[in-house]
Amino acid sequence: MSITKTAPGAAPSLRPARPRTGERIIEGTLLAAALTSIVTTVAIIFAIFEPAIEFFAEPEITLVEFLTGTTWTPLFAASQAQFGVLPLVAATFTTSWIALAVAIPLGLGAAVYLAEYAGSRVRSVFKPTLEILAGIPTVVYGYFALTFFTPVVLEPIFGDSIGTFNMLSAGLIMGVMIIPVVASLSEDAITAVPQNLREGAYGMGSTKMQVSTRVVVPAAFSGIAAAFMLAVSRAVGETMIVALAAGKRSNFTFNPLQDGWTMTGFIVDAAQGDQPTGSIGYESLFAVAMLLFVITFVLNIISIRLVRKYREEYE
Amino acid sequence: MSTLTTTRGVDKAAALTGAPHENLLKERLFRGVLLACLVFATFFLVVLFAYIIIEGAARFDANLFLNQFSQISPETAGGQSAILGTIYLGLLVIAITVPLGTAAAVYLEEYATKGSRLSRTIDVNIQNLAAVPSVVYGLLGLGIFVRVIFGEPTLLVGGLILSLLVLPVVIVAAREAIKAVPPSLREGSLGLGATRWQTTWKMVLPNAIPGIATGVILAVSRAIGEAAPLVVIGVGLITFNPNSLDDRFTALPILIFDTAKRPQEAFQDLSAALIIVSLILLIVLNSTAIFIRNRYTRKW
Repeated sequence: MSITKTAPGAAPSLRPARPRTGERIIEGTLLAAALTSIVTTVAIIFAIFEPAIEFFAEPEITLVEFLTGTTWTPLFAASQAQFGVLPLVAATFTTSWIALAVAIPLGLGAAVYLAEYAGSRVRSVFKPTLEILAGIPTVVYGYFALTFFTPVVLEPIFGDSIGTFNMLSAGLIMGVMIIPVVASLSEDAITAVPQNLREGAYGMGSTKMQVSTRVVVPAAFSGIAAAFMLAVSRAVGETMIVALAAGKRSNFTFNPLQDGWTMTGFIVDAAQGDQPTGSIGYESLFAVAMLLFVITFVLNIISIRLVRKYREEYE
Repeated sequence: MSTLTTTRGVDKAAALTGAPHENLLKERLFRGVLLACLVFATFFLVVLFAYIIIEGAARFDANLFLNQFSQISPETAGGQSAILGTIYLGLLVIAITVPLGTAAAVYLEEYATKGSRLSRTIDVNIQNLAAVPSVVYGLLGLGIFVRVIFGEPTLLVGGLILSLLVLPVVIVAAREAIKAVPPSLREGSLGLGATRWQTTWKMVLPNAIPGIATGVILAVSRAIGEAAPLVVIGVGLITFNPNSLDDRFTALPILIFDTAKRPQEAFQDLSAALIIVSLILLIVLNSTAIFIRNRYTRKW
């Protein structure tokens, strides 16, 4: 009977004859799982910004002092506490640029070799090397920087001018840790460059090096730049290496031979002190975390934009 | 005269082929520099492993597994509660991320409208979360899970925070695995009258298991190496083994961090021995992942 109700000429409906409640429930459950990521982001933002805002509402703290002050001692007694975040920013900047000076050239070089030169046998040796480097817990790198790299490698070179805790050691070892990040993302970008660009360049008489440096790398540039951005964000956010090897006191300097307290290092050290909820010390953790979150968030957004741009170019 | 002409001849030849000759040297140099980047990374890895083994070998003994940590006698101290804690954390991360990560990936690949606003938002969100520093997850744990909900850093809190931290890794891997299942399987199944869920459950997921398993194992190996978020939520040195999810706990990276900081040689050797344990765990997990990837991944 129902068939006759269908208007003549209309296609038969593809909707199931009866509503499938089970299917609907399943789809809802799956959607809920997918929304976990959004809930997590909202929770992170709330968890950090709420105490951070209370931090700036404290009568002894002004935003100007926070951004321009050069002494950071929020855990001291109220009369001696100072809230200038610049020493932490300077230390993060110093360890990060050293790390990037190591990771970017070495990572990019490794990526170009793996993508353009290496045969399958060479790849099967070096790919696992990079994967293991990427998998080593960062606390292990920190141990290595503190107990081996500083005393055995750096102290003989710099003598007394280098401290037991110093930003150079932390930065260099962090750089090695980030090599795989740069290498694997850059390699993906390079492999995505269409073969006909290379063939065109070879046809014009270019050598392999010319093809690599003047055709392939420029063509993959936005992907490589995205890898650099992610490397910066990893360096800024890295915690255990600097917590072990870089130092733990407010020291406003850009000198890598001295100790420095990075933003992440401060968070870890202050959290170990078990600050009471609502105290300035507790809130200061979140104020620094907010700064860190904003910096890495901006870097990630730039990175995601860059990747999307380069995907559009060749697909 | 004849020599002169010969030289001239050679010069002429050089003029024609000179550039390539010069280039050949440059080419080799360039290639050598690139290779040196990889060799350097390998060299570093060898030095790191050698140093850890030399420092830790003497303390890599039964005490490490049988004894608890002790501040008084570092020579015989172990890390039983930390090793157990890390194993429990790994199992918790598996129990939480496998259902959650797979479900999210299934939704994004099989149900969501591709390119819709919702799926793009979730997509960007996952990419963002993947790059949030782990220490920030620690503050999420401290501010909400510890101070508001659970009251102290229990095993469950640790497992939840590490799960949230690596969830993006699991989702991305599961999506790749699901994407790799050919559409013809789905079409065949739907054509025979199966519902979308029947198709997903009986056709797509069984074929995506190796890829998902590989991603989960790599995620777990990252999770159990994390120290920063655990330090921030207040996981300290606990010298008893956790018996339930509500117990306080400690973990290998925490104990490594703590012992590495102490200036005495005996603690640093203990630290190195504990690092050997965690590196072995890491290598076992990673080789399992590689084995599964090579053995079970089907080529379509």
